[in-house]
Parts: sequence; structure tokens; C-alpha cells
Amino acid sequence: MQEYFIIVVSAVLINNIVLSQFLGICPFLGVSKKLSASLGMGGAVSFVLVLAGALTWLVQRYLLDPFRVGYLQTLAFILIIASLVQFVEMVLRKFSPPLYKALGIYLPLITTNCAVLGVAIINIQKEYTLGKVLVHSLSHAAGFTLALVLMSGIRERLEDADIPESMQGTPIALVTAALMSMAFLGFSGLI
Amino acid sequence: MLVAVLCLAGLGGIFGIILGVASKKLAVEVDSRVEELNKVMPGANCGSCGLPGCAAFAEALVEGSVKPTLCAPGGASLYEKIALILGGEASEYQERQVAQLLCQGGVGHSRMLFRYQGIKECQAALAHYKGQKACNFGCVMQGSCSRACPFGAIQMGADGLPVVDYYLCTGCSRCVVECPQQILKLVGVSHLVNVRCVNPEPGKVSKGNCKVACIKCKICEKNCPEDAVHVVASGEGSVAIIDNDKCTNCGICAAKCPTRAIDKIPPLSEEVVLEVAVPPGTSCPNCGACKAA
Repeated sequence: MQEYFIIVVSAVLINNIVLSQFLGICPFLGVSKKLSASLGMGGAVSFVLVLAGALTWLVQRYLLDPFRVGYLQTLAFILIIASLVQFVEMVLRKFSPPLYKALGIYLPLITTNCAVLGVAIINIQKEYTLGKVLVHSLSHAAGFTLALVLMSGIRERLEDADIPESMQGTPIALVTAALMSMAFLGFSGLI
Repeated sequence: MLVAVLCLAGLGGIFGIILGVASKKLAVEVDSRVEELNKVMPGANCGSCGLPGCAAFAEALVEGSVKPTLCAPGGASLYEKIALILGGEASEYQERQVAQLLCQGGVGHSRMLFRYQGIKECQAALAHYKGQKACNFGCVMQGSCSRACPFGAIQMGADGLPVVDYYLCTGCSRCVVECPQQILKLVGVSHLVNVRCVNPEPGKVSKGNCKVACIKCKICEKNCPEDAVHVVASGEGSVAIIDNDKCTNCGICAAKCPTRAIDKIPPLSEEVVLEVAVPPGTSCPNCGACKAA
């Protein structure tokens, strides 16, 4: 039990996928202008991350390891994630059009989200069991959503702030991200 | 090597098959009318309908949540095509609208206070002592509307005022939004007589600043057989305004107006309206209107 707790705290706060490991920066900056959009993106990423985490672990365990072709890991994982996203998109479109509409363009974007591939590879590197893989993936997804929601909250306020012209838009967003990253550094002493 | 190739090929093959089967089994039927509508849309994605792009507008049309007339660039010819696809009568839709300039005070008519040589933007020109003209309500003649027009329908005339080509104008209202003086107005094509002055100052002042200003003499009001034109309060003064619903385009007010502030344009022929052509020297906005017509 304690092990799982450590995995959760470490993934959400200490090794936050965006703010400590610098993965998935693209959606972090791109989809964090509105709170609603960042929640949607967070939901979509969580969904894909957990599924991809489990599937990549199974493929690694029962295909790549037995045949001693571990060096194909990156290639195989990208293949899995891309197909999975496609499949999820089709299923959602058929069975849950409202959710499909809500996720919109964010869903196909996850195909090229390095956070998904990153977490899948970390899962393997840490030699987790399937249960831990699921918890680990879900925690990282929660960390990603947390970072996105915090960022969008700040950026919505920045809209009203009087920012010098040369700093408006992306520059101030990058500065904000850097400050948030430093703030999250404070969590490193937690465990 | 062989194992690696087989592994990846196997994975790829399995996923390919799953996705292939899934795309068949999970295929979602798209309303064929949406595709048909997409073909007849102007395709300018101008957003004047309030929806993100022509494709979204087509979907909303099929759902019935919007009216065809929201698409200003499409005009009457588009409404007919939409009516054909969705069923219904095109005549229910309103007439085509064009942008009209409510100012005739070009060079030679309007008194200038100084010569503006700054940035060629109306907003910038206005920032210098409210523009170079003595009249603070008229056109500032820097051509922001002309540059904003995606259809090349507004050219700057010799007298410095923009000239709207009513055959090219689609009524998309980009220029209406752009004009800082708010003197471009969308008017139905059948409405030919317009008061082309918005200056509310007393007649003596407005006449002193511009030869073609409304001087509030009320001659139009007295001569109108339909009681359609009135000098009404506007801002800190008053100005003549024509009621479009009552006006019969007789043109008596335009003929009687001592300063020619009321103007009657020749009627537009509907046949020419359909032949949308790109005038020489302007770039094609790629609106698709020529193809649709």
C-alpha cells in the first residue's frame, strides 16, 4: 500500500511529467489558455495514458522481451500509441459523440504527445508490475492535468493583467511555466 | 534481424487489421446534405455567420439552428441553392445587402484643416486632431475599409473617398466593423435613396465645413410624399434619416436637397449581381462565389 502511495505522490508532485521532466510541453503551452479546454485535454490524455501504459507494458512483457528485441521499444510504442489513439477516436465517435465533440482536436493531438511515450518508457525502466503500471500512468496523467489546470488558471488572470507589449502571449507564458517549475522543485524534499 | 522485422510487421499488421475492421464497424453516417451544402458554400471562412468556418455553418444549417441569411457573402444565389438542398423557399430569406458610405465629403467638398501625411490607417489619422477634415463625423479617407474588404469591392476614388462596387460587395460587414467613424452601413440593394451625411451639427457649422453636408433644412421632410424622411435627433444635434420601410425610391428628396446630401443611386440589375468577377489589379479572395454562380 505504502509503495503505491509513494508512486502517486512522486508522479503527481515530485516528478511531475510537465514541470519536472519537461515532457508534454507542447499541449501545456498550447491548450492552457482556457480552463475548460485544459480540463478537456487533461481528460483525454489521462484516458490514453492509462490505456497506452497497460498495452505497452503487455507488448514489452510478452512480445519484445521473449524475442529479445528490446531495442525496438521506441518504434513499437509509437506504433501502439498511434493506433490506440485512432481506435479510441473511432470508439468515442460512435458511442459517445458528446465526449468526442468535447475533446475535439485534442484527441488526435495526443498521438504526438511525448508525455504518453515518456510515461510508457518510464513504466518499463522502473520494472513495475501491471498494477503499479496502471497506478503510475494514472498518477502521471493526474499530474499533467494538474499542471495544465494551474497554468490555465494563471493565464486566464494574465488576460486582464497589464503586460508590456513585448512580453504578451508566449513570452509571459514561458516565464510563468519556468516559475511554476521552480515552485514544484520545492516538492522534491517531500519523500 | 528477421525476428525484429517479424515482430514489428506483426504488430503493425494486427493494429492495421483492428483499425480497418473498426473503421468499418464503427463508421458513423454523415448526413449527405452537409456535404452537398459544403460544396455550395462561398468557402471564404469569413466568420460573418458567427460560426467557425463554412463547414460548421453547413452543419448548423442541417440541424436547423441557424438561418441561411446569416451567410452574407453567399447572397441570394446561395440562399436558392440552400433552399434546393434543404427544401423550402428562398424567397423567405431577406434581400442582399451592400455596404454604403454615408459621407460624400471628398477632396474639393470638405474643408481641410491640415494635410495628413502619417500612417495610412483611418484610426491613426483620427488620432491627429480628429482627422484632417474640419468635419469630425465624415470619412477620414485613409482606406482602412478598402484593405479590410476580402472581395476587392472597395476602391479609393479620385476624391479620396472609398467607392463601393455594389456588384462585388457581398455584405460581409468587414468594412462596417473596420470603419472608426461608423459611417459604412449595410443597406438592402433595393433601397436606392440614402442620406449620405451623419453630421449632427447645426446647418451653419456643417455647411461651413463641407459643401455636401446635411444642413437640417427639413426640405426633404416637407417634400416627401410618403412621410419617410425626417430630421431626427442624433448625438448632440440632428440629421436627416430615411425610413427604409416607407421609402418608395421616388427620389424627390434627393432632387430637392439643396446640398445634395441625399443621394439616389441607379438600381442594380440582378443579372449582373450573379456574375461575380475579380476586377483587374485585385487579388482573388478565393471565396468561391464565381464558381457557385
